[in-house]
Amino acid sequence: MTMDAILDDTSEVKCDVLVIGGGTAGPMAALKAKLKNPKANVILLEKANVKRSGAISMGMDGLNNAVIPGYATPEQYVKEITIANDGIVDQKPVLKYAENCYDIIQELDSFGIRFLKNENGDFDVKKVHHIGTYVLPMPNGDTVKRALYRQLRRARLLISNRYMATRLLTAKDGRIAGAIGVNTRTGEFLVVRAKAVILCMGAAGRLGLPTSGYMYGTYENAANSGDGYAMAYHAGAKLANLECFQINPLIKDYNGPACAYVAGPFGAYTANNMGERFIECDYWSGQMMLEFFNELQSGKGPVFLKMDHLHEKTVEEISKTLHNVERPTRGHFHDGRKTDYAKDMVEMHISEIGFCSGHSASGVFVDEFARTTVPGLYAAGDMANVPHNYMLGAFTNGAIAGEHAMGYADDVELADFDAADVALERERVMAPTKREDGIPPNQIEYKTRRLVNDYLQPPKVTKKYHLGQQRFAEVREDLEQGMMVRNSHELLRSLEAASILDCADMAAHASLFRTESRWGLYHLRSDYPEKDNENWFCHALLGKENGKMVSEKHAVSDYVVPIAEDEKDLYDKQRVAASAS
Amino acid sequence: MPLAEQPSTVPVVVDNDKCIADKGCRVCVDVCPLDVLRISDMSNKAYMAYDECWYCMPCEVDCPTQAVTVNIPYLLK
Repeated sequence: MTMDAILDDTSEVKCDVLVIGGGTAGPMAALKAKLKNPKANVILLEKANVKRSGAISMGMDGLNNAVIPGYATPEQYVKEITIANDGIVDQKPVLKYAENCYDIIQELDSFGIRFLKNENGDFDVKKVHHIGTYVLPMPNGDTVKRALYRQLRRARLLISNRYMATRLLTAKDGRIAGAIGVNTRTGEFLVVRAKAVILCMGAAGRLGLPTSGYMYGTYENAANSGDGYAMAYHAGAKLANLECFQINPLIKDYNGPACAYVAGPFGAYTANNMGERFIECDYWSGQMMLEFFNELQSGKGPVFLKMDHLHEKTVEEISKTLHNVERPTRGHFHDGRKTDYAKDMVEMHISEIGFCSGHSASGVFVDEFARTTVPGLYAAGDMANVPHNYMLGAFTNGAIAGEHAMGYADDVELADFDAADVALERERVMAPTKREDGIPPNQIEYKTRRLVNDYLQPPKVTKKYHLGQQRFAEVREDLEQGMMVRNSHELLRSLEAASILDCADMAAHASLFRTESRWGLYHLRSDYPEKDNENWFCHALLGKENGKMVSEKHAVSDYVVPIAEDEKDLYDKQRVAASAS
Repeated sequence: MPLAEQPSTVPVVVDNDKCIADKGCRVCVDVCPLDVLRISDMSNKAYMAYDECWYCMPCEVDCPTQAVTVNIPYLLK
């Protein structure tokens, strides 16, 4: 059999807990589920290969949100995240994360993942956020995936690589029944029946088009095409605050982090073209991104990461981390451009848009046990809406999801699904393989993402959004009626193109619903420039009802950590005050 | 609507003298998150079949014979 040929076949398997996505949250969820009930069947389904999949393919250069005794308390962290998100936060999941993450750090440490320690052997935490101290560097963070994989092997988890999940299966009563997957190298169908399903499918990181024009030159791992968002939507789960886009300050063209979280504690900072600091704090928030955007527009741009004032040895230490961990080709890139950190500032730019709760707050709506609004369906990591939860949030909330899902699975039987749903999905997935002539998925995807840039990139203008929606509808018709694939690799890309288009529609719909501006640049609406707490101090939940996309307001749960009146707008004060000189 | 093939220079380069795919090695093909590497039917060596690269480097770092180099894709380098 040749690779990438398309086979016509379906098989069915059963398990107790199905985890979809083998990046960060997924392996931890699967591991914790299995450890909770070693007799149960846990399947970890992954579109790529668990060894190197997901956002942390090459490791991570630090924990951005470590709540470590002696440096920070869970309550302080909850307060900071609430303020950074303009108050639209259900605090319980954030508090649960903050209370659990130190145990997870110690567990990761025991797996052999290395964190920075001081001469006393204590974790050496740095301050990057506006208020508190939460950043723990990982100069040897390239070991993360390998260490995690070892644990999965030890627990004898069943891993199915190169299967892309395409749709969830639900029972008549709405409860989860399993998922449908397609082998990315053969096109074979797999139906996995499961008592509980945990979605850990990463960000929608292939939504906007990078300004380089290279479709895979994204900030997120380009495999993270928003499949989880699309699947949750079609299964009837609610998605929260999708209008709170992810937009990041990145190395121009390279489109990876520069990265101020690593270099900042050594004295580096974000500067304008005069080498002047213009923001108080380099921590990524919508408010910070708005000041970044304003500076780019002001004539004082471009914006740079400035390290050229630092001592040679310091620069050497920074480069060691930046060029070995997370995005190691940063070194190749700077070499190619002859950029020397000690002599030149690093040109930065603003990224295209995406959905990601790892950095912003756009994700599937979950509670403090990672439960979505569909019974038996869980979500964790970048795609679940625990705001700013980063890698450590993926690990911690993945662990919470795994344990709770296994507890749920222990109490229920497998749910029945309608065989017609599988037949319909087969038809949808295979349609492009039946055409001998048509539009290839790369063109469908390129056009969708180019339109996302043209019409959805903030500042958001209502008229432009309506035009964008019209164009997306035209692309959808092309996708459904005219897309053609020639092999199983293109079939994978065609399924991703469909996820991306679903996410584009959701981004437009969610943004139009919230008629105010909030979260700095993330939801800056030109027609509604003010924050409107009277009408919009609430979540906006998007869902699918009777086949249609709908949005509704949903009250923010009562705070468990109160925020004082004079603390509420601390993140609005990002700009360096004008000096008298 | 006939399809046209667009040429593009690919970022991942394999040194055929060092590559041991002909001995059965599949490491780079296995680890690629975007699944863009394949084994050539003609040379039995690994090569980049699809120009869809996140320039992330597992193929280079995990290669047992240092046969793989990840360059920055031309459009953004």
